[in-house]
Order: sequence, then C-alpha cells, then structure tokens
Amino acid sequence: MAIAAQPQMPRVWRAETKPHKFCPGCGHGIVLKALGEAIDALDIQERTIFGCDIGCSLLSWDFFNLDTVQTHHGRTTPVLVGIKRARPELVVVSYMGDGGAYAIGAQHLVSSASRNDLVTIIVVNNTVYAMTGGQMAPTTLPGQKTETTPYGRDARLTGRPILGPELVAAIAPPGAYVARGSIANIVQLKNFIQKGLQNQLEGRGIAFIEALSSCPTNWHTNAAATWGFVEKEMTAYFPVGELRTPEEGPSGRFQEVPARGFQS
Amino acid sequence: MTGNEVVAWAALAAGADIMYGYPITPQNEIMHYWTRMAPKYERGFLQTEDEISAGFATVGGVLAGKRAFTATAGPGNILMQEAMAMAEMMRLPTVVVVTQRGGPSTATVIYSQQELNLTCFGGNGEGLRIVYSPSSHDELFLYTIKAFNSAWKYRFPTFVLGDGYQSKMREPVTIFDPEARGITMEPCRPMVGLSGLPGEERDPAHLRNTYNLEDELYEVLMTAIKEYEAIAPQVVEWDTYAVDDAELLIIAHGVVSRAARAAVVSLRERGFKAGYFRPVTLKPFPAETLRPLAARARNLLVVESAYGQLKRQVQAGLYGLETPVTGYLRPGMGITPEEIVEFVHAKELI
Repeated sequence: MAIAAQPQMPRVWRAETKPHKFCPGCGHGIVLKALGEAIDALDIQERTIFGCDIGCSLLSWDFFNLDTVQTHHGRTTPVLVGIKRARPELVVVSYMGDGGAYAIGAQHLVSSASRNDLVTIIVVNNTVYAMTGGQMAPTTLPGQKTETTPYGRDARLTGRPILGPELVAAIAPPGAYVARGSIANIVQLKNFIQKGLQNQLEGRGIAFIEALSSCPTNWHTNAAATWGFVEKEMTAYFPVGELRTPEEGPSGRFQEVPARGFQS
Repeated sequence: MTGNEVVAWAALAAGADIMYGYPITPQNEIMHYWTRMAPKYERGFLQTEDEISAGFATVGGVLAGKRAFTATAGPGNILMQEAMAMAEMMRLPTVVVVTQRGGPSTATVIYSQQELNLTCFGGNGEGLRIVYSPSSHDELFLYTIKAFNSAWKYRFPTFVLGDGYQSKMREPVTIFDPEARGITMEPCRPMVGLSGLPGEERDPAHLRNTYNLEDELYEVLMTAIKEYEAIAPQVVEWDTYAVDDAELLIIAHGVVSRAARAAVVSLRERGFKAGYFRPVTLKPFPAETLRPLAARARNLLVVESAYGQLKRQVQAGLYGLETPVTGYLRPGMGITPEEIVEFVHAKELI
C-alpha cells in the first residue's frame, strides 16, 4: 500500500525535534515553515541566528537547524540587535508573539524601528496571550472574549487592537520593509519573510512582518470557526499586504532634513 | 583622572569590543569617554532605549562572542537585573560596571553603598555572580580588566561595584597594557554564529533559559551552583591591615574601606589594637578568611554607606561566632576616618 506523500520540509527543519511542541491547529508551525523556506531560498542557514521570545514562540527554541537563543518576554529584539551590532555579518531573526512585540516589548520595537536596526522581526498575531491561558492581548478584537475580558473586549475601557505593522511603517526611516501576512496565504507569507530577510542582507533597514495566526486552544474554536476568525474577523482589523517597501518613506509625518549641528 | 574615565580606559585596555549603554548619573562619563575613544580604536557603542535593552544587548554581544559590557546605577541597575538573571541562568560572561547612587528609588545621584544586595543577589535566582568592589582608581582600572577575564573564564555575570564618589573624584592612576604586566586576556568564544552548517556539519546551538520539569531545572542549577562553589576559592579576594593582634576589627568595602583603614592607622598611633578587613569580592564573600580573624577579635565593627547590607553578609558568613558585631551604618552618606574613630570610642569598642 502506498504511503501518503510526505510534505516537503525546508532544509533548516530539524527532524530530530519533530513533531513540534505546538498545539494542534496552532499557526506557529506554518509561520516557521514559511521562515524556513525563505532561509533556504536565500541560502543563509549558516549565518542566520534565530531568537525566540517568551510565550508560545519559545517552543521554537529547538525547532530549526539554526543557532538559536530563547530570551525573555519582549526582549528578543534587543538581544538580536546586540548580536547584530557585534557581528554584522550574521543575519538575525527576532521571533515573537503580539504580547512580546506590542505590550511588554513595545519600547524596543519603536526604538529599533526608529534606528532602522538591521533585524528581521516576525510577530505572530493570534489575538491572545496563549501560553498563559488566553488573556486579552494588545491585538484582541473588540467584543472578543478572553480570560480577562470574559464579557468581550470593551474598546472604550481597554482600547482597540494595536496595529503593529502600521506603527512601524509610520515611523521607520526609508529602507524599512513592513508587511502583514497570514497563515491563510502561505506562499505570500513566505514571500514577505524572504523580502524581509533580503532587506537585512542588503543592509537597507529594519524588516517587520506580522503573521495573522490561529489559536483554537484558547479561542475554543473548531477548524471551520478557526479559519473563519483568521480569514474574516482578523483581516477586518488587520489588512494583509505590504505596508512599506525599502524605496518608500514613512507613512507618518516625515521630512528629509540634512544632518545639522551647532555652529562652532 | 576621574573614576569614570579610568573605567573607559580599562575597558579599552581589556580589549572590550562594544559597549551598550543608557544615560544615568553617576555613570554617564564612562559612556562619554568610551564614545570618544571607540571610533579611534574600532570599538562599538550603541545607546539603547533603556537599561533593559542595554542589558539584553550586552547579552547579545556576549552571545556573539565579543567582550561586551554596560554600565549603570541605581534605578538602572534594577532594570539591568532582568538581563543579568538571564546571563546567570545561561552562564553568559556579561560585564556590568555599577556606580552606586543613593537609594531606594531615584534618591540621589551622588553616592551610596546601597546596591550591594541588588548587585550580589538581584534577579529571581541564587546570586551566582562575581562582584568586585574596588577602592581606588588603580583598583578600578585593575578590576575592570579582571572583570572581563573572570567573566569569560568562569562564565558567571561579573560586576564592578563602584560608587558615585569613585566615579567623580580625580586621583592619580597608572594605566597599562595588560599584556605588558603579564595579564593574558581570557579568550572569547561565540555561543551563536559558529562556523559550519548547523545540523549537517555540527549540531546547532540551541540556547534556552526555560525548562519544563522541576528535575530538568534542578540539574542545570545544581551544576552551576557546584561550579560556582568550586571556583569561589580562586575568585575570592580580600585585603587586611594590622589584623594579627587586632582586638577591634573594622570591616568595610569599596571607597569606605579607605576611611576604615585610615581610622585603624589613627587608632594604632594612639596605641589601640585595631585592624581592618576588606572584602574585595562581595560575591563570593571571603567568609573563610574573615572567620579566624573575627574569632580572635573582641569586637567587630562594620562600616558602610548603607543600612546593614554588608553587615548582613558579614553576620551570615560568621554565623555561630560569638564576637559581637556593631554597625556604623550611614545609608547614602560619605564616611570619614574621624567619624569612625569617634564612633569606636563612643561605643567603647576598644
């Protein structure tokens, strides 16, 4: 009897640590596969450093045949910026969830964007703090029930979902690459991530890719409802597509001014 | 030169590759001098958005195999502890220069010895760190160089615990190339970004600080604790003066030990049998050396610009010994030899 065809996995995929540690239906595996394919396509396995945050993203600490460091909640980007500044020849990937990127690590994100740090940041947005049991995240949709918004998120009290890529696109200097992809379109997501790595390789500036993702465990959804939430509910708040290419300037107020100093 | 300038020169002489820093008084001039020298000697610098980032970027620089360091004080030292806890867990040879200021909270930008507890035991762990407390500019130079060597040799986060007085005061100092004095700099090696294709030519470096099981964590911690205990006798340092027949042993660290020593000299001149003991390493603490000296004395006096942070270490180290321990405890205040002598007589310690 014919054995079902094995799906093709990226070369950086570490077989010894599979099956991976994520829940069934989790989007992390898809995002990581897209990242792996992008690394393969650019042939940068030997010089890529993968950094993962706290939260479910930490479960990727042994996912790849890549030198990897698992850091603290929200602190992955500073660690990788530290590595990049010390060893510019390396390619650094900062991988985290929406809580790490937009709440506890927001100041690092804003500062790295302003500095146009040569780092490729991938944020997996599943609208909840998943590892800790499904609390409200900065990305939780208005009306969405979580453990800390059991009656649904009230935007008047707790704000609206933060728009990470839009924030980075507004403030990063020219040279930045910013996109939002989704696990619902793997080819496009891989493409965005590859462009983000390319941006770092060319030394142009920061690369920031958010990936809309799923958490059926904490959403308490079946397969159909999970996909419905990712494809319809989330994209209503979080439009998918490229927000900044390296040639474009910031979408926020920005004026190119020559370097200035005090008159001596 | 000033102490902050000494630290910058020491880091340069030690071959430090990169500094990550965030402004806080009284540490600032370490960055000021470093940023002036760094481009001339092809060294790096990044001013980060806060001390959290400075600490973690230092962790990154070290992971990349470079002599990376940072410097901070007071509230910045608090924020730095998060990254240093990671360094402690993962055995990363970070170097942090602390210039103590008044505390708690914002307090003063001037001086104190109130960051002993934080620097020795900060973080949610066991305090597996090396902490040097220099007392002069010559020592500031020497122990900043030594901090890089101890960090990379033993792989525990290493601190130079200075203070605002040492940072700002000027005194003569001899700076030197470590090699010329026979000090070989401990080589650095990268922990990520190794050569060879990971997974094919070698195993990938998979570095983590998270564990699933109690047993797993226990094994990692006990390995580190046993290694720390094994290296402690090689790391531990102290200084003594006139201790052999001392009836009163005055114990102080850092800049205060200069006042303590001067007080002992003054007491000796008047025929009083006083001696002085100074822990140079606060972590590990030289309790084994102090114990027999303390046992011989009639009184112990701990002098510090904090309310008992050193005294607690002394008492813990001498547990079971019956020699009475008195404290001259002046949190956030400078201490003169005259004050110490006056206190000794007022309390009839000799």
